[in-house]
Amino acid sequence: MKWILLSIVVTATALSDLLQSHEMKRAGEQSVGARGLARLLKTIARRRELILSIGCLAVSFFAFMALVQATPLSFAVPASAASFILETVLAKVVLKEDVGPRRAAGAVLVLGGVILLAR
Amino acid sequence: MTAIRGMRFRTYSLLALFVFLRPLGNLSMAWGTKHFPQVLSLNPVVYLRAMADPFVALGIGMLILSLLTRLALLSLADLSFVLPVTAIGYVLATLFGKVFLHEAVSAQQWMGSVLIFLGTGLVGSTSQNTTQIAEELQ
Repeated sequence: MKWILLSIVVTATALSDLLQSHEMKRAGEQSVGARGLARLLKTIARRRELILSIGCLAVSFFAFMALVQATPLSFAVPASAASFILETVLAKVVLKEDVGPRRAAGAVLVLGGVILLAR
Repeated sequence: MTAIRGMRFRTYSLLALFVFLRPLGNLSMAWGTKHFPQVLSLNPVVYLRAMADPFVALGIGMLILSLLTRLALLSLADLSFVLPVTAIGYVLATLFGKVFLHEAVSAQQWMGSVLIFLGTGLVGSTSQNTTQIAEELQ
């Protein structure tokens, strides 16, 4: 059961982030000032993919809560940080981002740090 | 060149806002729930009561604002840039936990913080938007 929950957390998080990144770049530059926030909320309401991404975020959140209940936190947090690597690969393949050696090495260091921090 | 510099400034401002908002939101929520007299269970009424607590409500507000800030950040920067750079929030959360909630932090956890710092610094030294800049240069 824990592997199913973990797969749901990682997949839903990755899907949510991919959709958000894709849609926000298409929407153009946004800000969080008083006017910027109103514009941003309108952007979210208009784009189905962004609403879907928030849905994925909710699925990931509830699956994570169930995972934390079923397994120790010292397993749940570092294991779900696996989405870091999956998302970096997907950012390169799907979003066509330029993930060079320096960025990839940085992501691996951060992943190692998250695993150590969560224990 | 000036446009790229301006975009970098706006990106790092949003980044700073996000990096502080999320751990502060979590801290406020943790503080509120830890001092909440009832145990959180599957009963939604207890959750609703907890959400009426000023610290929990403030925490939820900050977390919603942090989600919106992250969306704005993704309009400017790559996902593969935002993910590792915002991980610095884990370090802040650990620090806040130690300072404000008096949680124990082990040597291994401090080591993890150092790795996150190094990784964040490494990713932070790369261009934050490789797709948009590439399009502009074409």
